[in-house]
Parts: sequence; structure tokens; C-alpha cells
Amino acid sequence: MEQLLEILSELHPDVDFETEEHLIDNGILDSFDIVTIVAEINGEFDVSIPAEELLPENFNSAKALYALVERLMEE
Amino acid sequence: MQTNVLEYLENIVTKVPEKVAFANEEMGLTFSQVFEQSRAIGSFLHGQGLYKKPIVVFMKKHPKTIVAFFGAIYAGCYYVPLDDEMPRHRIELIFKTLDPGAMICDETTLEMARNFNYDGEIYLYDDIAGKPVDNQALMEIRDHQIDTDPIYIVFTSGSTGIPKGVMACHRSVLDYIEHLSEVLRFDENTVFGNQTPLYFDACLKEVYPTLKYGATTYIIPKQLFMFPLKLVEFLNQYKINTVCWVVSALTMISSFRTFEKVKPEYLHTIAFASEVFPIKQFNIWREALPKARFINLYGPTEVTGICCYYEVDREFGLDESMPVGRPFRNTDILLLDEHDQIPAPGEQGEICVRGTSLTLGYYRNPEKTAEAFVQNPLNDIYPELIYRTGDLGKYNERGELVFLSRKDYQIKHMGHRIELGEIEVIANMYEAVGSACCLFDNDKKKIILYYTGDVSPKDMAAYIKEKLPRYMVPNVIKQLERMPLTPNGKIDRKYLMKCYEGEKA
Repeated sequence: MEQLLEILSELHPDVDFETEEHLIDNGILDSFDIVTIVAEINGEFDVSIPAEELLPENFNSAKALYALVERLMEE
Repeated sequence: MQTNVLEYLENIVTKVPEKVAFANEEMGLTFSQVFEQSRAIGSFLHGQGLYKKPIVVFMKKHPKTIVAFFGAIYAGCYYVPLDDEMPRHRIELIFKTLDPGAMICDETTLEMARNFNYDGEIYLYDDIAGKPVDNQALMEIRDHQIDTDPIYIVFTSGSTGIPKGVMACHRSVLDYIEHLSEVLRFDENTVFGNQTPLYFDACLKEVYPTLKYGATTYIIPKQLFMFPLKLVEFLNQYKINTVCWVVSALTMISSFRTFEKVKPEYLHTIAFASEVFPIKQFNIWREALPKARFINLYGPTEVTGICCYYEVDREFGLDESMPVGRPFRNTDILLLDEHDQIPAPGEQGEICVRGTSLTLGYYRNPEKTAEAFVQNPLNDIYPELIYRTGDLGKYNERGELVFLSRKDYQIKHMGHRIELGEIEVIANMYEAVGSACCLFDNDKKKIILYYTGDVSPKDMAAYIKEKLPRYMVPNVIKQLERMPLTPNGKIDRKYLMKCYEGEKA
């Protein structure tokens, strides 16, 4: 989770990713961020996020995103 | 000869009045509704005494927004589309240059608009789109309209910190639309999926050909461009067969291996602009849609949109870059070297454009206009304007034009044209900031801001988001103890870039 928060904070230092739960719905993340985040996750955690997991609900909070990464790491 | 863009609408409404012209996932407007509502708006604006004035269209992305554009033209005015997500500071900066005649809003933007430092009239679209049509007045306005009258102003990033308004006229738009349509082979069966914002010239590619041919344009919800699977499903649901997108929107789909799950079933024409298409990503597209036509488009806002095209006709190696090809008919490209001479074959020069598609220049900015729209240096016999793009290019051995780089600090980021200088000006305005320098990581397509001063990167990010549109906010913000300088005392950009590259590695 620490690593993930670091990736996110690097992109948006002004956002509190530990509490924000509407990263997509509130327009905090844009498509550039999604591409960057997926690439960084690929580098840091060695998991690639497939197209069918690119869904608003998986990116709305750091918690949801981390859950996705954990799930993909187990697979 | 056609001299007014509205003739497209007036012609098509007699042929397919009940066909849907512009739509989103919730609603659509037929050509006859577009015709009625735009004429009602035109009549209303005329009744308010507005003529040859900038009409700001400050609405969310919606089919009605497009109708408001035509309404302004019917009144003999010109429309100025503004991004409803643009921070207030930048809008007020634009208003200072613009001095709007009036503003058209929708329910979602009205509150925001009322808070601007602006004391002109604000009209709600739904209030004015049903007003009575004054045929007599519209005819009189048309009688006095000529094809060099302006129809819109779009604002683009300015290196001095103040956005520049590029002003286009009927003639430049007609020339552009006719030749673009010829190359892309639009017709009455074309179904566009619009991606580009309505507040830039990029959307002309769908807006006017839709009127010309009686085609249909679907506005794709912006959020879908984050979720490729849903995006392709949208294309299939609405049977979209033609897209003119920025490259990053296309690579978003290919890079996530979306095609392994779903393919665009109806898509046969894929045009792309604004950036260089990475060949690896391009090949994924081509493999997925082997029968589709792929066309690379190139051109600056100052020549109305696009001036060159290349239809992909061969394989490209991963280290090759796709040419921008050749100019449209009735457009000519000149390469000029630093002495304003034509460079030797294969050598680089600045890409300069000659043609009717040249816009009128920058709104209320004769100095900047005179710098970029200049007398053709190869012609000292009669007045002839060319536009200097600031792009460097060369011809390859096949005689195709190839884009190489920029002469200055203008970049393309997610399809948006950005002056790094404008970001620096804004960062420097922050009181505690000593100096600021913006770089662009072309590999990862990231904007990087370095600054000195007693401000945390967190506060800096929040500050910049208040001042600049989302797409101009740096992706990496770094605080420095000291700004590296060259022996001449200028910021050492090369050294900063090396530091950044070093950290990245």
C-alpha cells in the first residue's frame, strides 16, 4: 500500500489518496494518470492490469486499486 | 460558390430534416432541430443588438453546444468556445483580451459564469433556443456577410502566460472542410465518434462535415477514454465507423490489449493528429483492423486545423516515424532554413504554410500575428502571407514531409498544444517562488516542473490547478535548493534535463 500511495502522490501531491474515494467520479484522475499508474504498477509490482479490469470502480480509491493489485498478484 | 458555412446546414435540412445530426448517449438533435434552434438563437442575439461581437459559448460538452456555435454565426457574430473545466483565473485572463459581447451557458455552467469578473449578459441556452425566428433580420445579416468574416476564436496556450485567440473565417473553414472531406472520403453514411474537445479547432473535423453530408456525430463521454473496453463497446453500440482522434486516445485502447477482448466492428476510417503515433501501438491497430484506412493528419490551429495528410500505405519499422505526407489540395508547404531560403533536398527547414486555409491571425494581438503570419520571403513582388508553424521538418527520400521537432518550447501533451513558458509564468507568479523551469519528457510524455522557493510540491500542485487547465498541470513537480544556471545566467535546461533523466534511470 505504501508503494502505491507513493506512486499516486507523485502524480498529485495535493490529493489525500488515503481518504479520497471518488478519484474517477470527481475527475481527480484523468486518462493520462490512468496510463501512468498502470505503467508504474507494472514496474513496481510486476503485474499487468488487463483491459477488463480498467473500470471506474477499481480506480476510485487507493484502497480499491490496491485490492485489484493484490488480487492480480495472487492469480 | 459557397461563401458561408451555414449553407451546409441550409442545404442538408431540405434533404434529411429528420436524421440525427449531433447526439450523445442520452439525446440527439435532428438537422431540422439544429436549423430551427440555431436560427432562433441567431435571431435572439440580433435582437439584443449583438453584431460582429465575440459570443462566448460556455457549456458542457453537448450537442446543444454545437448549435450555439451556429446561432452566433447566424447573428453575424463569432463564437468563442470555452472549456467549462478551465479555472476561473484563466477564463478571466481570456476575457480581458476578448471583451465578450455575451455569453451562452447551460444549467451546469450558469452559477460558475455568474461568479466571473464579467458584467455582460449571460443567456441560458434553453431560454433562447425556442425564441421566434426573425427571417427578415437573418436575411439582412446574410446579405452583408462575406467569406472573410470571422466565425470563431479558439484560445491556445501562449508562451507569455496569456492565451492567444486564433480567429478563423468562413473561407478558411470551407477550404479546410472541403479538402479534409475529400481525403477522408466522408459521406452520408459516415458516423463519427467525437473525442476532441469542442473548445478547440480539432472538432471542426466532425462538426462541419456532419452538416455537409448529413452524417451523424456521437459525442463520446470523456470518462470512457480512461476505460478502453467500455469505449470500444460504445463505438460498437452506436455503429461508429469514422474517428478523428488524438493519438493518445487511440494508444489508450491498443496499449491495454483491448482488442483481445473486443474489436470495433464498424470502424473503417481512423484519422489521427496532434502527436506522433508510436509504431508499436500503430501496428496493434492495423493488425486488429486490417481493412480500415489509417490517415495521419498534421496542421496547426493557425491554418484552421489540418494542412497535410498521409494515408498509411506500407509497413513501418519500430524505429521509423510516420511521415505527415503531403498538403491538401489548394495548400502549399514551404520549407525555409534559417536564412529564409529553401534548404537542400533532405535538409531540415521550418514548415511554412501557404493557402486559403490560413486563419485571420490572433485576436487583438497584431504583434504576435505579424511574427507568425508573414510575407512570403521568397516573393518580393506582391503581398502574400504564409504562416510560420515553428515546426521543423524535412522531405524523406519518397518526397514525403516528415515532422522533426519544434523550434521553441511548445509541446504536445495528450493531444493538447502547450507552451511550457505559460506554465513557468504561472509558477513564477506564486509569491514564494524564486524561479521555475518546465521540461517535457518526450519518452514518457510527462511535463516536469522544477522550482525554487519556500513552497511544498503539494501546495504548488494545488496552486497550479487553480490557475491552469487540467491538461497543463505538470505530471512531476520537484522543488530545488538552487536553480542551475548557464554561464550567461539563464536557466540551464540541458543540465536540468540530465538531472531528471538521471533520477528516472
